[in-house]
Amino acid sequence: MEAIELEQDQTSQVDTFQPVPAVVSQVRKDTPDTFTLTLEPEGAEPLPSFLPGQFSMLYVFGVGELPISISGDPQEKGKLLYTVRSVGKTTHALVSRKVGDSVGVRGPFGKPWPLKAARGKDVLVVAGGIGLAPLRPVIYYILRHRADYGRLVILYGARSPRDLLYQKQLDSWSRLPDVQVLTTVDYGGLSWHGHVGVVTTLFRYVRLQPLHSVAMVCGPEIMMRYVAWELEARGLPQGDLYVSMERNMKCGVGFCGHCQFGPYFICKDGPIFTYREMRPWLGKYEL
Amino acid sequence: MVTNLPAIGTQFLIDIPALDSIIGGLRRRGYEVLGPVVRGAAVVYDAIEGVNDLPAGAGDEQEAGAYRLTRREDGALFGFVLSPHSWKKFLHPPEARLFAARRDGRSFRLLNGGPAPPPRYAFLGVRACELAAIAIQDRVLLGESYSDATYRARRQGAFLVAVNCTWAAPTCFCTSMRTAPPAEAGFDLALTELVSSERHVFVIEAGSRAGAEVLAEVERHEASPGDRLEAERAIAAAKASIWRKVNTSGLRELLYEKFDDPRWDHVAQRCFTCGNCTQVCPTCFCTTVDDSSDVTGQQTERWRRSDSCFSQNFTFIHGGSVRMSAKSRYRQWLTHKLGAWVDQFGSPGCVGCGRCITWCPAGIDITQEAAALRADEEIAIGKGDAI
Repeated sequence: MEAIELEQDQTSQVDTFQPVPAVVSQVRKDTPDTFTLTLEPEGAEPLPSFLPGQFSMLYVFGVGELPISISGDPQEKGKLLYTVRSVGKTTHALVSRKVGDSVGVRGPFGKPWPLKAARGKDVLVVAGGIGLAPLRPVIYYILRHRADYGRLVILYGARSPRDLLYQKQLDSWSRLPDVQVLTTVDYGGLSWHGHVGVVTTLFRYVRLQPLHSVAMVCGPEIMMRYVAWELEARGLPQGDLYVSMERNMKCGVGFCGHCQFGPYFICKDGPIFTYREMRPWLGKYEL
Repeated sequence: MVTNLPAIGTQFLIDIPALDSIIGGLRRRGYEVLGPVVRGAAVVYDAIEGVNDLPAGAGDEQEAGAYRLTRREDGALFGFVLSPHSWKKFLHPPEARLFAARRDGRSFRLLNGGPAPPPRYAFLGVRACELAAIAIQDRVLLGESYSDATYRARRQGAFLVAVNCTWAAPTCFCTSMRTAPPAEAGFDLALTELVSSERHVFVIEAGSRAGAEVLAEVERHEASPGDRLEAERAIAAAKASIWRKVNTSGLRELLYEKFDDPRWDHVAQRCFTCGNCTQVCPTCFCTTVDDSSDVTGQQTERWRRSDSCFSQNFTFIHGGSVRMSAKSRYRQWLTHKLGAWVDQFGSPGCVGCGRCITWCPAGIDITQEAAALRADEEIAIGKGDAI
């Protein structure tokens, strides 16, 4: 397997604002409102490679454009996967694409998850809802470079059992050696025999080596704050805890100003930040 | 071709016909020359063909929420202080087409690449604070990893003729932001207007080779020590008349600390969140994009338009806007302008031009708000009010 470079290459010669059409080769329904689109190149020009945690600006002809994290395997060249929840006009248009339709792509943009810094350590992946999507490339990467990392712990919470993404994959990952997968839901229902409660209730089942671990967290801000408090209380240094942030974006490269968060631009300084960077700002109402 | 170019930094004296020749020289070189003109009841920046288009004898009165064009007896060409326009209008235009695309089966094709070829602009009358504003937008839009193609093309081709202010408005506070005249760098030519009952001339110097080449073509003679002193004194007098101040010492940290200060509620009661301040600000750079299709749905265009952090939509994500309240939006603007900008781009995003003060329909004064946040202990216990 060809190794992917974990360094950033953000130099771009093409016009940053022009979307490149890519064809939808697969649409997979993950949950009642969430779909994973697989994009492949329309012509001979390959799609750009990406680093886990990066996002693209996806454009639907005549409708609009949105930042969407890449959710596929970084080593599967030539394809880009995006897991999209239908919440508005453009996301609805995106998930309504049929196989053979094209979508415009700009990017990838942004700073990646710290897969280099995490080498040799246990990796704790904590996700809430669709927050698992930007973390799935991390899981793919670690599983392909198993010897480079310690234990892989995946803690995943969703609103209800039917809102859990990638359920078959979660099952198969849980059967791998040195991989622990725990899921929990807010509302279980009669047929659910798993955990019920917010994702932090799963920490009691995890043997955390706080000075030998890196945590990567993505979910609603309130969830990330509680996860961070919980992990801090368990001794994980703030610099070893990473979160993925989200804000309105129009450009993806720091020009439009929309994604500002305190001193940061989420698009170019993030979307992945250390908790040390985010701690003074997270939880500030209407920041 | 041109021999004996005037040395960069050497000051010369020219008269009004020579200034007209400079405009002509720029036009011959293919520049679209833009300068101050009177339109309606304000000085604005627009196309000019010669000195006759300049607003001779126009002055201005500015205060918080107030602007009035006045008549000057001395016929000065640059006797007004600042236009509501800034050069941002040309370099980072309020509307720019990013692309046009046509439906192609189930895909789309971009039509003829990106933006139209950029105009070559020469700006006449760039004040020192405006040069500083352009330098700030350079740092924002010409980044290390990405640069904005529209801005880059317009900026690279631009010829800047600076004018050193010899009058200041009550809304000016450039002296606090270290952007006060004289213009020191970043221009091709710099002028200081000397107008008195005896003469109406300009002290001029070239700041670049391109500037020296234009200057070489016009009648001039070297400025005498007396001329230079007169120019220096006029600039110094303008600076000395500035009374508005911002204490920038530790201001970034102060603003971060004052996130929950009651002063934000106070200003929110006055702020209409109209966004006038962000429109007239020479450094505000935020934009949005609009996609619009023709009626057949076969062709679409994406336009980039100026946006404002005062709009509620600015922070819209699934579930609603992040900054719902006027308070949070004013706080974002002020904290970014005077604080976060330092973290992001190495200097405050404010040059002290005072446009946001003049053009605020509520007369909100950024210098007063900054001072009030610093002095908020008094306000919090009801002893005083900075307004």
